[in-house]
Amino acid sequence: MATIEINGQTIEAEAGSMLIKAADDAGIYIPRFCYHEKLSIAANCRMCLVEVENAPKPLPACATPITDGMKVETRSEQARDAQKGTMEFLLINHPLDCPICDQGGECELQDLAVGYGKDVSRFSEGKRVVIDKNLGSLISTDMTRCIQCTRCVRFGQEIAGIMELGMVNRGEHSEIMTFMGQAVCSEMSGNVIDLCPVGALTSKPFRFRARSWEMQEHDGIAVHDTVGSNTRVETLRGDVLRVLPRENESINEVWLSDRDRFSYTANDSEHRLTAPMLKINGEWKETDWPTALENVASKLQAIAEQHGGESIGALVSPTATLEEFTLLAKIMRGIGSQNMDYRLRQQDFRADSEMSAPLLGDSIQSLEEKNLVMLIGSNIRKEQPSLATRLRKSVSNGNRVMVMNSAEFDYAFPVANNVVASPAQLVANLARLVVLAANKKSTKLDDAIMELAAEYSVDDDIEEMADALIEAGDTAHVIVGTMALMDANYSVLVSLASALADITGAKYGRLEEANALAAWQASLLPLSTAGSVARNAAEMLVEPLKACLLFNVEPSQDSITGSQAIRTLRETGMVVAISNFRSAEVEDIAHVMLPLATIPETDGSHVNCEGKMQSWTAATHPAGESRPGWKILRVIGNYLGLDGFDYTTTESICAETVALSISKDNSKVYSPVATKKGSIERITHLPMYRTDAVTRRAQPLQNTLDNRSAVAAVNPETLSSLGIEEGRVEVSSGDNIIEISVVSDPSIPLNCVMLPTATEETAVLAGANWLEVKTCA
Amino acid sequence: MIDESKLNLVCFRTLGNDEPWSLDTYLQVGGYSALKKILKDKTPAEEIIEEVKTSGLRGRGGAGFPTGLKWSFMPRTAPGQKYIVCNSDEGEPGTFKDRDILRYNPHQLIEGMIIAGYCIGASVGYNYIRGEFWQPYQRFEAALSEAREAGLLGADILSSGFDFDLFVHLGAGAYICGEETALLESIEGKKGQPRFKPPFPAGYGLYGKPTTINNTETLASVPVILEKGGKWFADLGKPNNGGTKLFSVSGHVNKPGNYEVPMGTPFKDLLELAGGMHHGRALKAVIPGGSSVPVLPGDVMMELDMDYDSIAGAGSMLGAGSVIIMDETTDMVDALERLSYFYHEESCGQCTPCREGTGWLYRVIHRINTGAGKKQDLELLTDMANKIQGRTICALGDAAAMPVASFLEQFGSEFEAKINNKAAV
Repeated sequence: MATIEINGQTIEAEAGSMLIKAADDAGIYIPRFCYHEKLSIAANCRMCLVEVENAPKPLPACATPITDGMKVETRSEQARDAQKGTMEFLLINHPLDCPICDQGGECELQDLAVGYGKDVSRFSEGKRVVIDKNLGSLISTDMTRCIQCTRCVRFGQEIAGIMELGMVNRGEHSEIMTFMGQAVCSEMSGNVIDLCPVGALTSKPFRFRARSWEMQEHDGIAVHDTVGSNTRVETLRGDVLRVLPRENESINEVWLSDRDRFSYTANDSEHRLTAPMLKINGEWKETDWPTALENVASKLQAIAEQHGGESIGALVSPTATLEEFTLLAKIMRGIGSQNMDYRLRQQDFRADSEMSAPLLGDSIQSLEEKNLVMLIGSNIRKEQPSLATRLRKSVSNGNRVMVMNSAEFDYAFPVANNVVASPAQLVANLARLVVLAANKKSTKLDDAIMELAAEYSVDDDIEEMADALIEAGDTAHVIVGTMALMDANYSVLVSLASALADITGAKYGRLEEANALAAWQASLLPLSTAGSVARNAAEMLVEPLKACLLFNVEPSQDSITGSQAIRTLRETGMVVAISNFRSAEVEDIAHVMLPLATIPETDGSHVNCEGKMQSWTAATHPAGESRPGWKILRVIGNYLGLDGFDYTTTESICAETVALSISKDNSKVYSPVATKKGSIERITHLPMYRTDAVTRRAQPLQNTLDNRSAVAAVNPETLSSLGIEEGRVEVSSGDNIIEISVVSDPSIPLNCVMLPTATEETAVLAGANWLEVKTCA
Repeated sequence: MIDESKLNLVCFRTLGNDEPWSLDTYLQVGGYSALKKILKDKTPAEEIIEEVKTSGLRGRGGAGFPTGLKWSFMPRTAPGQKYIVCNSDEGEPGTFKDRDILRYNPHQLIEGMIIAGYCIGASVGYNYIRGEFWQPYQRFEAALSEAREAGLLGADILSSGFDFDLFVHLGAGAYICGEETALLESIEGKKGQPRFKPPFPAGYGLYGKPTTINNTETLASVPVILEKGGKWFADLGKPNNGGTKLFSVSGHVNKPGNYEVPMGTPFKDLLELAGGMHHGRALKAVIPGGSSVPVLPGDVMMELDMDYDSIAGAGSMLGAGSVIIMDETTDMVDALERLSYFYHEESCGQCTPCREGTGWLYRVIHRINTGAGKKQDLELLTDMANKIQGRTICALGDAAAMPVASFLEQFGSEFEAKINNKAAV
């Protein structure tokens, strides 16, 4: 520690830390533009120049390390002169047209110009003009306003991990642009809008919609991944106009992923379902709530009486709130059914009864400190973007990340060992890793694992992984991701990963989608009891039930079984869809549609991968006749005559749930599903802007490059062995045939085809794992 | 008049021979003998550094920092890679001395760099050569091949167990890459922009490793210092201004060119050596150390000696020894406009005062020079220069501001005249 003096005030600060930080902590404001606590020091704006005793010239507070006894003046004549000088230089080429600038009112340059600028400019030359850039559908540019602080550049390099923006040219001609005019594609790109101190980078969807001071701010929680990023939802006269990150160091720091930031744009989608509707003689008719609810309750009651409660099921979107999960589970159990599930993208449920809640197994913040993180079946950047930025930070600090996956991805951080093999091979490789680790630790293993390990594909990398895991011990963390969740051998992967963590002493985590933990906390799970056998999502979508509740589910997109789900539901006697949006497929299969309020329109709670519950209150009123899910479900409960449905607040619902605790998954070993010789194995990936109904309606996200039309990616060797050249191919499984563009990608394992799920193009394949690929006839 | 025996004693000692750049010529004049002796005797690095300190050798790139002292800052015994980097990115207007060392005596630089590497514990060196120096670059590369073939460079030099290799990095035409930290960035393959200091290169330099950066002339002086002794070198010049110095004389003289003379040579002798004033005109002004240092009136210069302290005493700097001579016909507003344009063009754009200020300076001077000047422009120029100087990341801001202040101070009346008479002077 060092004792310094700023403006005569004595301050204790860490020696070697930067002056501006100590001043900030002491509540002494020093003007700045380029400095940002989360980014590296650039010292290029020169706005924070201050007078330091014995220094021959003013020094930048952001880059001046503290030494004991330092005496600093931030508002002395010399300091003010330097700060005002910088301000004058910054303003000479700045447009000064704040009234027509989207940043006006929340602009750092505008704010500081009040204190450090002059009323009349001495600059009488022509101002610089910089051509605007097209950065894609999320970020709007007014590059003439740029003050070259390079915060956006440093964000890309340091936080997001892909340097998409750079400062090119020299001197006055310096400008921020992308390489060769490309769009910005990072899943964290929206943060540069917040970072930009001026109106050079602004939000394209929000542009010119409102002034910052007109809007009302509401605290929110993002539900599209299991991080539960804290948000600030801003509304104007009931319209949600933008979503910003709310600082929470232990969860999302100051960042927000694009998915969480821009999915609000779906709120005023033209596809919103705004009134309860009944299908009468094949025609959809608007109705009122009592009629619709009466209809639902009476039909469900009749079916329960006639066929038993177990003939009814519920399929729920993982983005539902804790309250919605809780009431749904209560209704289902109330009518005698255990058939309820949110895991529509999982196909292997063999280990279901031994699974524990999909928690990270440690705090989010702790990921920065892990010596080693082992990812299994995860493209974490697209699945949980905020966790990926933590891992990037960890790797930058010298820690390691290792990956076992069935495809190669750009992780935005260097990966120490990356073992890529086909999904079937992944099991053998992971088993091999378990065997090597067990040998080194002299742990006895189940013979079944030894058998699984027989056909591993690489050796050195796996050996290195085993050594590294053992060396790291309990400072390592094994994480199973969402790619694995969609795998045909999920049960096997989970038990092997769990065994690996047991053997090496590593922490263990399993990550699912969205608000999955809330479903666990609400027990919205197919739990078989003595009296009834529960059906999981896969089972419910194979054999038709008598009645099914679809809670914000669009089956062909939200279920890995695609068109199979639609076929099954079409044969279901009664389908009640509680949805945010209308869609052709739901209109086709449903009998009643109840309009559901979206996340910003309802009170709700999210449980994140730490098990932390975070609640929010509605930022605006529901669109049209739509109602918050918890209210709809409460009234259905009342209509059904069930006990305990007299809630008046969401708190009272949450109070009935029990917080989750960390435990490992099973380690019973299942045998892998049979491979199909001569067929091509499917690798499934989930495009990040297709995850749920809301994201799919967020047009700005749909217009990003991440959402390019579906293609089949195949290794060039496999293509040539199949006699296929690039172009259109026919991919089929039995009678399910699609035509799709194929791209040659050497990173795809041999005899595999990587296809996206949750797209209209691939839904027809009904989630088949083994496919035929041939040139279009 | 200067004694001819005092000319070309150090960096230009191979001149006058056929192919002065060849290894044979260099060996003939005694080259590589210092290196051979050091490697044979395993002379301790401290001893060599002491000798360099004795010589009074100061950085020839412009700042004049004592070389021996700079070398002693290196954590030379600490483990890990260290680098010696030679700054041959000679871009300052008026400077062209390093070009001729590369062209006519490349081996002396190579020997100097090997010795420097030996002293600071570096096994790798880089010579950053200005992008426009194509012929010097080729000469230097050829010399490197010769030295490697002769076993003077590479692994286990002359079977001494000392490894040192040397690589050339050719710049791409940016003046700012002559700033030592921008130069390091450029070698690393990044955009040439100065780093904020601290940390200084001796602690965090090339690829984050301890690095010493010296000018071409500085390093090329080292072998001769060690051959003939630090005292011999120091005695060539004046106290605290030891040795010889290359002066690049340009402008209105009859024989512009590079002259290696002892430090402290009177300016008038140097002018005579350069053939005197062109057309016998009167001397008006001199920029004694390259375009970024303050200009001095001719009559002041005629009384000065060419060494660091004398020039500094008169309010300017010896810089890189780039002497720009201007005769009585010179339009000082025009001259300053040209200089300001240069700095405006070469500003890297990283920090605000320089990026915005250099362009503004140039435009105002241009306005005055073309008859659109306003009375308050002179005050504006001075104020602007003050707001740039000392406020930037590197010295380019100072370099752009200093000529403005000195031109206005020394020749302010010419600016006023242009403003009052709408440029028709």
